[in-house]
Amino acid sequence: MNETTATDGTPPLLEARGISKYFGAITALDRVAFHLERGEVLGVVGDNGAGKSTLMKILSGLFQPSAGEIVFQGTPVRFASPRDAHRVGIEMVYQDLALAGNMSIFENIYLGREPGRRMLGLNFVDHARSRQMAAEHLERLHIHVKSVDQNVEDLSGGQRQAVAIARATAFDARVVIKDEPTAALAIKEVGKVLDLIKSLKEHGVSVILISHRLDDVFYVCDRVMALFRGANFAEASLKDTTRNEVIGWIMGAKGHTTALAHDRVQ
Amino acid sequence: MAAEPKVAARVNIGRIAERYGIFFVVIVMMVFLTIMQPEYFLSVQNLTNVLKQIAMNSLLAIGMFLVILTAGIDLSVGSILALAMMAVAMADKAGWPWEIVILIGPAVGIAVGALNGYGLTLLRLPHPFIMTLGTLNAIRGLTNLISDGRPISGLSAPVRFLGSAQIPVPSLGPFGAIPISGFVLLVCYGGVALFLRKVSVGRHIYAVGGNPQAARVSGINVDRILLLVYVLSGFFSGLSALLLAGRTDSGFPNAGIGAELDAIAAVIIGGASFFGGRGTVLGVFSGVLIMGLLRNGLNLMNVSVFWQQFLIGIIIILAVYVDVLRRRAAVRTEELTHARPGQNLLRRARGLGSRSTTT
Repeated sequence: MNETTATDGTPPLLEARGISKYFGAITALDRVAFHLERGEVLGVVGDNGAGKSTLMKILSGLFQPSAGEIVFQGTPVRFASPRDAHRVGIEMVYQDLALAGNMSIFENIYLGREPGRRMLGLNFVDHARSRQMAAEHLERLHIHVKSVDQNVEDLSGGQRQAVAIARATAFDARVVIKDEPTAALAIKEVGKVLDLIKSLKEHGVSVILISHRLDDVFYVCDRVMALFRGANFAEASLKDTTRNEVIGWIMGAKGHTTALAHDRVQ
Repeated sequence: MAAEPKVAARVNIGRIAERYGIFFVVIVMMVFLTIMQPEYFLSVQNLTNVLKQIAMNSLLAIGMFLVILTAGIDLSVGSILALAMMAVAMADKAGWPWEIVILIGPAVGIAVGALNGYGLTLLRLPHPFIMTLGTLNAIRGLTNLISDGRPISGLSAPVRFLGSAQIPVPSLGPFGAIPISGFVLLVCYGGVALFLRKVSVGRHIYAVGGNPQAARVSGINVDRILLLVYVLSGFFSGLSALLLAGRTDSGFPNAGIGAELDAIAAVIIGGASFFGGRGTVLGVFSGVLIMGLLRNGLNLMNVSVFWQQFLIGIIIILAVYVDVLRRRAAVRTEELTHARPGQNLLRRARGLGSRSTTT
């Protein structure tokens, strides 16, 4: 399918061309193309093992592609580690959230990038400033917590998700990648997390949302892209597609969507 | 709204109890011993004695604490102590200048600690237990090889200084004196406390223990943190070797056999989690003091050494059980407050925190 490029002269914010990834004899990704516009919320769907997480880990620097290139604002980039991706403003919120439960909210937000003063080659953390920065940042995102000193393990699933998002956006993020943010949440918290994604978009941040829940995708996304067995399968603007069609894509089918709308297993 | 201050107050009491509860146990023990043995326990001589006796274990324990914070274990500290002690004694006997000799102890510790750290991170051995069990034996063997299994006694005065010298304090009575080793402890504990609290690398040690995956994706070099804690543990073992050599005026190859278990016991009694990420320097110090006071108190009361061992065992179990109860209570409150997936609760009840990895 040639649905991959749809821009008007200016290069996309983030683009990936011909990305392949092999783990030994297994091909996780096969010449995948990908692009993300400024301020766009892109839904990435696909069955388990379709390669969604692998692609995101490549875009966020945790994995290196076996072939292909990543282009950020028209310039080819190479991410050797998540640190390199952070530098250009790409942040990932992991499925397991990757928070240290034994530490406070504010410390988790700035973990690895603590504000402080360098003395004798060591970074002395300014906890007071860190605490204040965290409180202000949470305020901006309309995230309410009792205190930034609370340990993350004492928070609910939705609050943890919010802290993970706050962490991802603490340093001028341009792109936030979210892997199944609502999978482990109580129903009443799902809405809050999705609204948070919308508010990121309002702040000009592009969001990539990996989700199995089409409700989520259709609620927040501008465009949806489907991977199937490690390759591009289909993509469309949200207004040009339907839920049933997307379900078909996830199962690797195009066209006869009504027949697949029910729980039919191939 | 009106209920809010109450909640805050309760949380604070909980926090204070968590942070200082174990130190409170130390104070209770001291009061008890003062009442039981009024003329002996509080005597300057006895207290100085306690301080000298706990010096070795407290240095091993502070290093062990850093390792346990990362959910690791260092079984080799007793062997490092022996090797460093023999190296110090032999170098002193060989007539090396004392400025060099006193550096040998910590240097040997740092070297073996680095070996532990690299073994763990480069060889990717499945658990630090394995690597340090290896060095526990190998380093003890090496100590016997270089010393031929024979102790050495009679060290020069400057080498003995840290372990045996005292600053006389006449205001404390005719025997009033503060051992230099007390100051060494103070500096080490204060330094580690500051490092863990204020320096970002210190915070990263807690992060690695809490969730190594979170640390990794935050750009923290987890392997470097692990290397650091084993090097520091080695350093403190080497330093305690220097103090012990000074106190006993000798070096003996059997020094520190089983010392790793005492150090682990002190850290655990002090409330640090065996699964990493939890514990305080004050807690470790309390753990060391509880063990030291118990031994001292039972000695003063003429109770058999066998009872000391028995009681320390019971205290270890009790200390961890209290921690289990506390955590279970915390989980239960949470369960009432939020509807959360049961799997997470189970994981936390086991004290494992969130340490799953992405697939």
